Amino acid sequence: MVSASASLRPASLPRQGDRGTKIEVEHLSFYYGRFQALKDVSLAIRERQITALIGPSGCGKSTFLRALNRMNDIIEGARTEGVVRLDGEDIYDPAVDVVALRRRVGMVFQRPNPFPMSVFENVAYAPRIHGLARGSDLEELVEDSLKRAALWEEVKDKLKASAFELSGGQQQRLCISRVLAIDPAVVLMDEPCSALDPASTLRIEELMHELQQKYTIVIVTHNMQQAARVSQETGFFLHGELIEFGPSAMIFTDPTDKRTEDYVTGRFG
Amino acid sequence: MSALAARRAGLQQLRRRAANSTMWFVAVLCVLAAILPLGFVLYYVLAQGASGINLDFFTKLPKPVGEPGGGMANAIVGSLILVGLASLVGLPVGILGGIYLAEFGNNRFAWTIRFLSDVLSGVPSIVVGIFIWAMVVVPTHRLSGMAGGAALGVMMIPTVMRTTEELVRLVPMSLREASLSLGATHRRTVFKVVLVAARGGVVTGVLLAVSRIAGEAAPLLLTAGSSPFWSTRIDQPMPSLPVQIFTYAIQPYDDCHRQAWAAALVLVSLVFVLSVAARYATRGRFRMVR
Repeated sequence: MVSASASLRPASLPRQGDRGTKIEVEHLSFYYGRFQALKDVSLAIRERQITALIGPSGCGKSTFLRALNRMNDIIEGARTEGVVRLDGEDIYDPAVDVVALRRRVGMVFQRPNPFPMSVFENVAYAPRIHGLARGSDLEELVEDSLKRAALWEEVKDKLKASAFELSGGQQQRLCISRVLAIDPAVVLMDEPCSALDPASTLRIEELMHELQQKYTIVIVTHNMQQAARVSQETGFFLHGELIEFGPSAMIFTDPTDKRTEDYVTGRFG
Repeated sequence: MSALAARRAGLQQLRRRAANSTMWFVAVLCVLAAILPLGFVLYYVLAQGASGINLDFFTKLPKPVGEPGGGMANAIVGSLILVGLASLVGLPVGILGGIYLAEFGNNRFAWTIRFLSDVLSGVPSIVVGIFIWAMVVVPTHRLSGMAGGAALGVMMIPTVMRTTEELVRLVPMSLREASLSLGATHRRTVFKVVLVAARGGVVTGVLLAVSRIAGEAAPLLLTAGSSPFWSTRIDQPMPSLPVQIFTYAIQPYDDCHRQAWAAALVLVSLVFVLSVAARYATRGRFRMVR
């Protein structure tokens, strides 16, 4: 257990290998009005690897993901308890600027949700609002972001076309490059492939594999094969509780908890 | 299948087909009934107004009543200025109000605004005219384009506000989330993403409002008044097509009537051109696929 002392600020706790802790969650509870969606969840997400969150619908895994960049803030009547530290800094501290936080923790959603703008403008949107680049620098940044999302070759001739003209898989990669354009430290993915066909899913998975060299990735998925394929660590949620968290190989082959075993072997959920 | 059962099935099918064609016929009839008056109005305005249209009509000032010839150049320009002034009042208030109702409108204050706006959209235009007359014309001791623009602007607000609200509400939450998750503020999200996505619908609302006020004569009689001269100063009485139509239509001279029809035709065309232009300017290149 990590010391809760604020003065220590454990920026990167060495744990089992060379990966330091990027995000540390302690006793996180979340309420939609009276309903408690997360119950005392504690876990550590390590940097530059993929952490998968699995569990049946309504188990709180998406809510947990959205707690990491404070997207739950926009829900009326919602309440968060507990501590979430990003690089040792409590993101729920009143002094924290949500805008700055979300610059560091990007998010990709379940359904591709490009803006009603051109391909270029979609990627340029966030760098513009944060004043990162303009003119030819911006063009370079957009190109670079599209390359990192493995989309450049497919869209380089239609940067001015509407983002809605792209296929679903391309749209999702566009949403990923939109996030990469502000170079966040963490990328949260909320079932990024659930609206995509198998070929597009494969492309996104390959992309995630590349991205983990540089980014800390947390992915929520309904697809257990996907979690097993892409992630190094996996957490299993049930009824708002984190039942089990550990190396993916262990979770999927030799889970400690009976409920985890029932779920990963397809006995329910 | 027995012969009897087969006959019954055939009968059922026959009845179903008969019901189907009957309903189709009734539906088509209703559509025709809805379109017919519109067609007649357009045809009549065109047939009656076309003969009065000539270069003079667009370039000359009105002749004194009873004298043939002359045009309505001042009223055409006046109408455009009045609609412009009205938009200056009605669009910012309507659009920003609509955004407020859609984005923050979950409280008693917003509920009250919504109710009042619905009431306002039902208020007869002449009453709006009297209101502006009392608020602007009486204190300034003069009918003016300003007062006319204010009256028309007030009339625009409910239409623009409620359509903006509805359309902004329709923008999927996922778009807002995408913008917010990239570190955009709520303000930027609304103006750069939500409004852009709702643009087509908002324009439709604005056009509806403009079309409605462009043809209003009653409130202008009490606010902008009329003038046989060039009048581009908004602190002076300002002529307009609807008021001119009214003035000419009640004259006993055939030439006046022809002028009134021509003015009606110009008014209809003006609204039509405005609609097409606005649609073209904001056409949905980035239309959302639903």
